[in-house]
Amino acid sequence: MGILEIKDINKRFGGLQALGDVNLSIEEGTVHAIIGPNGAGKSTLLNVLVGKLEPDTGSVTFEGKSILGLKPHQINQLGISRVFQTPEIFSTLSVFENVMIACFAKRDGAFQLNPLTSMGGEKDIHEKVEQMLLDVNMADKRNEIAASMSRGDKRRLEMAMCLAQDPKLLLLDEPTAGMARADTNNTIELLKEIEEKRGITMVIIEHDMHVVFSLANKITVLAQGTPIVEDVPSKIKGNPKVQEAYLGGAHE
Amino acid sequence: MFGLDKRDTTLFLFVVAITLLAPFLLNPFPTESALAQFNAGYPDLMQRFVIFGIFAIGFNILFGLTGYLSFGHAAFLGVGSYAAVWMFKLLSFNIIPAIALSIIVAGVFSLAIGYVCLRRSGIYFSILTLAFAQMSFAMAYSVLSNPSFNLTNGETGLQVYASDPQYLKGDGPDLTHLFGLEMNATKTLELGAWEFQFNTGFYVCAVFMIFAFYIAMRIFRSPFGLMLRAIKTNQTRLNYTGINSRPYTLAAFVISGMYAGLAGGLLAATDPLAGAERMQWTASGEVVLMTILGGAGTLLGPILGAAFIKYFENIFSKINDTVLHSWFSFMPESIDNFLVAIIHPFVGKGWHLTLGLMFMLIVIFLPGGLVDGGQRIWNRITGRSRTQNEPVADPKPAE
Repeated sequence: MGILEIKDINKRFGGLQALGDVNLSIEEGTVHAIIGPNGAGKSTLLNVLVGKLEPDTGSVTFEGKSILGLKPHQINQLGISRVFQTPEIFSTLSVFENVMIACFAKRDGAFQLNPLTSMGGEKDIHEKVEQMLLDVNMADKRNEIAASMSRGDKRRLEMAMCLAQDPKLLLLDEPTAGMARADTNNTIELLKEIEEKRGITMVIIEHDMHVVFSLANKITVLAQGTPIVEDVPSKIKGNPKVQEAYLGGAHE
Repeated sequence: MFGLDKRDTTLFLFVVAITLLAPFLLNPFPTESALAQFNAGYPDLMQRFVIFGIFAIGFNILFGLTGYLSFGHAAFLGVGSYAAVWMFKLLSFNIIPAIALSIIVAGVFSLAIGYVCLRRSGIYFSILTLAFAQMSFAMAYSVLSNPSFNLTNGETGLQVYASDPQYLKGDGPDLTHLFGLEMNATKTLELGAWEFQFNTGFYVCAVFMIFAFYIAMRIFRSPFGLMLRAIKTNQTRLNYTGINSRPYTLAAFVISGMYAGLAGGLLAATDPLAGAERMQWTASGEVVLMTILGGAGTLLGPILGAAFIKYFENIFSKINDTVLHSWFSFMPESIDNFLVAIIHPFVGKGWHLTLGLMFMLIVIFLPGGLVDGGQRIWNRITGRSRTQNEPVADPKPAE
């Protein structure tokens, strides 16, 4: 049984069947990519996983517990972190403060009333933030305001915030969308490093085949809201079903 | 010192010094000189400076940090005043129980209102708070003042009568006091042509303000304050980082409500009266102006903004045509009349016009308020570039 089990998920938006009978099992320690053409339901599936959308039917269990109906912060506290398509960071705060927030969230939980605690006295948090910034090669940018950084650095920062929470499962929504080639390669390197060093289970939703094939050790292809193939990367490329889904059958 | 770092300690000691020396600093002109009317160092006005300073400091904890723009904070100030006057009526003129109760009542009141209003954000939150404040105003003005249950005494305002029980009064003074120190006692010091007034009420309020400022400073520098700033910047990320933003905003709302209650209690302590007009929407708007004018999200801004507005309200509104004629009397009469006619709409009753213009200029050219302006001047003097500084707090409301 996998760390994340998705069973019989259905989701309709009016007349559109966004997800139909999705069954998916994410094994612990794998990097599982979900690919598919535009409109295949990838983002809808992700939004169901993080508690933003509620499916019409079906169940999602994480480590044996249902996470349906939980709020995003509750799901995060269970150990599921999310990286967004456009980096979501605290843009008016410094890099250091950004990571600090993630560390506090991990240590103190969803709410902590400590208006008179001095931030300067939080030695363990400071150490952890420094360590995280070293891990993602951002130690020299610690005092920069997040909004002023490049797209690649913002992604790096977002990753550092997610990693600071020691998640059990990392969900990545097109982590390299809109990035220059160099930034994309940097991100791939970073993700590889995370996988090797920490062995965090990852679910990646991605368009870019280069990214998918460099990282994933399992791929699920989604078409019209339903998984059509699930296999290891080497067998996906040659699968006729996949080619049909992407090229609409015109390929012969 | 006091759990603050070096820079904050300097700022704190600066505020303490300015506040305690206010009777000197606000009276720069000799008493008999023509400029004496610009002196602000009289007890009534100085009390207003610090009391509204407290109000604005508290408001800034909510608006400056979380970006939630409340348009109903005057309701908490008003509730605080009513609570304090009731303590005067029931116990004695000692201000300590009165102020304690006003903080508690305002806290409970803001907990209830905040719980409902914080279900929405942005403009909907503002409108909800405005609605609650106007309801409170209407209740205080009419509903809660009928012969069978007279809580607020309607449009006359709540005040202390000789027939009130005052169970703990004994032989205590007939005026508000702090364990015997009468609030309206004033000592005058004459130094040459200058005259300085030291008022007990002002110093009591000043001590409260310094304490309020200190607490605000600690909140700004705490992990709690960091979360509040994160709420303003990106609530989505915060929720996906495992933080539940609702209790944070509610806590900020209640804390700022308690600050407003303290200000209301102090208003009653300096003058044992409470009227419904203190809860009106114009009073709520005023604290918004104070905070934005001074610099939302900065520590010093709200105090500066409060002092600025209260100064204009009291000094500019006193300048009438007679005063204007006396300024220009050295000129030929036609020019004198002309100048007076031009300036007339901006002073006296027209002081709002001057304030409005000032507000426009500051918001357009100094989006970070007076503190931003001060920083720019300081940077120009010291030749430092602006980019090294923290970015100016963005006064836009939360998403």
